[in-house]
Amino acid sequence: MTGPLPRPKRKNPLARTTQPLLPPQTRSRKAHGFTLAAAIGRFMLQCCGECGRYAYPAREACPNCLSSALTFLDAPTGGALLSETRIEVTSDPYFREHMPWRTGMVQLDCGPVVVAHLHGDCGGPGARVAMSLQLDKAGQAVFFAKSVSETPHMEDDPQWRQLSADPKYRRVLISDGRSPMAVALVNALKKAGAAKIFVGVAEQWKPFEERTLLEAMEGVEVVDLDLTSERSVQELAIDIGAKVEILINTADHVRPAHLFDASAANTARDVMDHTVMGLMRLSQAFGPVMRSRGADGATGAVAWVNVLSVHGLSNARQFGVHSVAHAACLSLSQWLRNELRQGGIRVINALTGPLDTEWFQTVPPPKVAPKALADAVVDGLKRGLEDIYIGDVAKDIEARLFDNPKAVEREAGR
Amino acid sequence: MVPPRMRQSYDSVVLAVPVTVPYQRYSIETAHWWMGKALRALAEGAGISHRDFDGFSVASFTMGPDVAVGLTQHFGLSPRHIDHVPMGGASGIVSLRRAARAVQAGDADIVACVAADTNSVDSFRNLLEGFSRFSQDAVYPYGAGGANGSFALIARHYMDRYGATREDFGKLCVAQRDNALRNPHALMKKPLTLDQYMSARVIAEPFRLFDCVMPCAGAEAFLVMREETATSLALPFVRLLSAIERHNAFPDDPMQVRGGWVMDRDELYGMAGVAPDDMDFVQTYDDYAVISMMQFEDLGFCAKGEGADFVRQHTFTIDGSFPHNTSGGQLSVGQAGAAGGHLGITEAIRQLLGAAGGTQVHEVRLGLVSGFGMINYDRGLASAAAILARA
Repeated sequence: MTGPLPRPKRKNPLARTTQPLLPPQTRSRKAHGFTLAAAIGRFMLQCCGECGRYAYPAREACPNCLSSALTFLDAPTGGALLSETRIEVTSDPYFREHMPWRTGMVQLDCGPVVVAHLHGDCGGPGARVAMSLQLDKAGQAVFFAKSVSETPHMEDDPQWRQLSADPKYRRVLISDGRSPMAVALVNALKKAGAAKIFVGVAEQWKPFEERTLLEAMEGVEVVDLDLTSERSVQELAIDIGAKVEILINTADHVRPAHLFDASAANTARDVMDHTVMGLMRLSQAFGPVMRSRGADGATGAVAWVNVLSVHGLSNARQFGVHSVAHAACLSLSQWLRNELRQGGIRVINALTGPLDTEWFQTVPPPKVAPKALADAVVDGLKRGLEDIYIGDVAKDIEARLFDNPKAVEREAGR
Repeated sequence: MVPPRMRQSYDSVVLAVPVTVPYQRYSIETAHWWMGKALRALAEGAGISHRDFDGFSVASFTMGPDVAVGLTQHFGLSPRHIDHVPMGGASGIVSLRRAARAVQAGDADIVACVAADTNSVDSFRNLLEGFSRFSQDAVYPYGAGGANGSFALIARHYMDRYGATREDFGKLCVAQRDNALRNPHALMKKPLTLDQYMSARVIAEPFRLFDCVMPCAGAEAFLVMREETATSLALPFVRLLSAIERHNAFPDDPMQVRGGWVMDRDELYGMAGVAPDDMDFVQTYDDYAVISMMQFEDLGFCAKGEGADFVRQHTFTIDGSFPHNTSGGQLSVGQAGAAGGHLGITEAIRQLLGAAGGTQVHEVRLGLVSGFGMINYDRGLASAAAILARA
């Protein structure tokens, strides 16, 4: 049985911080089909388009009929454990720090036998297991098997915690407290057991409605943070950078502008300064310290979430500038992802449709309620996702981009 | 399709000059250095120049970036038959099979079969990390237990299914250690008790320290030729009666409980005109005792699932009721990479020549050697076996 995760003790300031190490990361190109599935929380295996059989490990031809028409398809997540071991000796430096490590062979209901990481509570050989594809600390997809039914403190299993980014006992920074999603995020994070939540607010002298609400909450600290000021961002990083285990960047600056407006370029520059350059300043100030704390105990730095508009993937002309800025943020987020991966820090893109807030007043429903967004972000952290699509509009664009990106572009331009 | 053709016999094919270059735990030399030592010992043993080897068959995990043809220049060979057999523990017998056909057909007269690997401080980890595409994609990232982790899964399943116990595995390991104490080349020099075996530190459940081979550097080699060639060189020799190999047998078994020997064993004994009971000793591929047990079953010494009973009913030392891995096997001599697949062959040749020294089994006429190799994903893919006879 999994014991509850102990509340981390105050860190000994004289103790050396454990340097982050990554599990083995070499994969064949085909195996990245699993990376795609794991990033969005789906369970997919190669399936033969001719004979219909699932195959594993990833390969170039079906071993049953030699067809090369192998595509990654959703597969049933059930399986049965055939055998298991607890590895206590390895030559790999990452796993060496996490011994013993439980792995097993699982016969999937769809046919293939896979080697998988085993949750501590799943039974021995013969037991039914529920499978998922997860991203490990190196950002590579791995199979994980857990018991079919819930067990106490299931989320505290040490092997599972290497694959998730659970907020429990972690300290979080939300970059923009004025964002309409800030209060909802704080509530969801507190419910998930976050130890402390810092909420950044620019130009604190300007009042805003939720401020008293935030300040009244236990474990919440409002801090000075102006993403348009390099100095402000750096000062906060010096102050609390080494205490941030999850950073949620909620910065946004929605200003409508038509492309042919004389002032559009100025609006765009302003928006870019808040969002793209804001994210860049934040990355420069908080990225290095978070990367260095990726293995700092059971509740070390773990994730960076960028809440972005799904229109970064497909320009919505009524919010053209907003779309452009978020497209740039997506690219910057990829960059950040590649840097932070060295420290085992997961960069999550939470792609949302229009929020149900004043700046999207003119947009017809369906719109995303701040609580729905906050719940989706926390769910993504707990499940260890990398790309989260939030709300019906975002999910619709995700599915259609997968199907035909040109159709998305044309239909968005109408 | 026409019915399969009867295999031709290995009539007149002989093996001579068993060579072991004494192993070292770690070596600063390359695989090539070990190969050179082995080739020189073969030439000295045969009383001819190494340039007279017109066949060269090599097995090694650590000879990269070289290939077999490159090695001919390295060693000053001009062979007309060359082979690289990258099949791990099956490469010895596969080399032998190919060399046998080459000398039988006259494509070569003397084939030097050489296996050599070095072992530097980090080379084993590097080998594990890049062993195969399936391993890299689907095994190594899961705890990086290497072969120990993978075979632990096979062993656990075998124990659950057939009731074998760690004591049964331990009995084989202890017997091999007893044998090794009589072999001056064995790296393991201390006696091993069943208690020590049972209480050693855990490596990957159910395996503990003495379930696992020790990677090391070393080389094994032998010559394959026609009888007439051996006679003209006045070399003592042993005969090859039969040999089989099979790869990726029983792919639909969810877990490995048997190897390809099962498919071909009737032919193995049929070609040789002998039965399992006729064997005076058996050299199995012992990367793990559970695999030796599987070979007892699959090579027809007992039925499937009765390997543990078979172990309980026999003794496996040199003077035992079933002399097995008389050199001490890889478990006690050391695993010199691909040379582990040749170890059983050189020991079998020595036994049948009466040249095994301290490990000599009394009055031997027939011996069986098996090979097993390449855990590409979840199971060993290559299986092979040969029956050798005193001339």
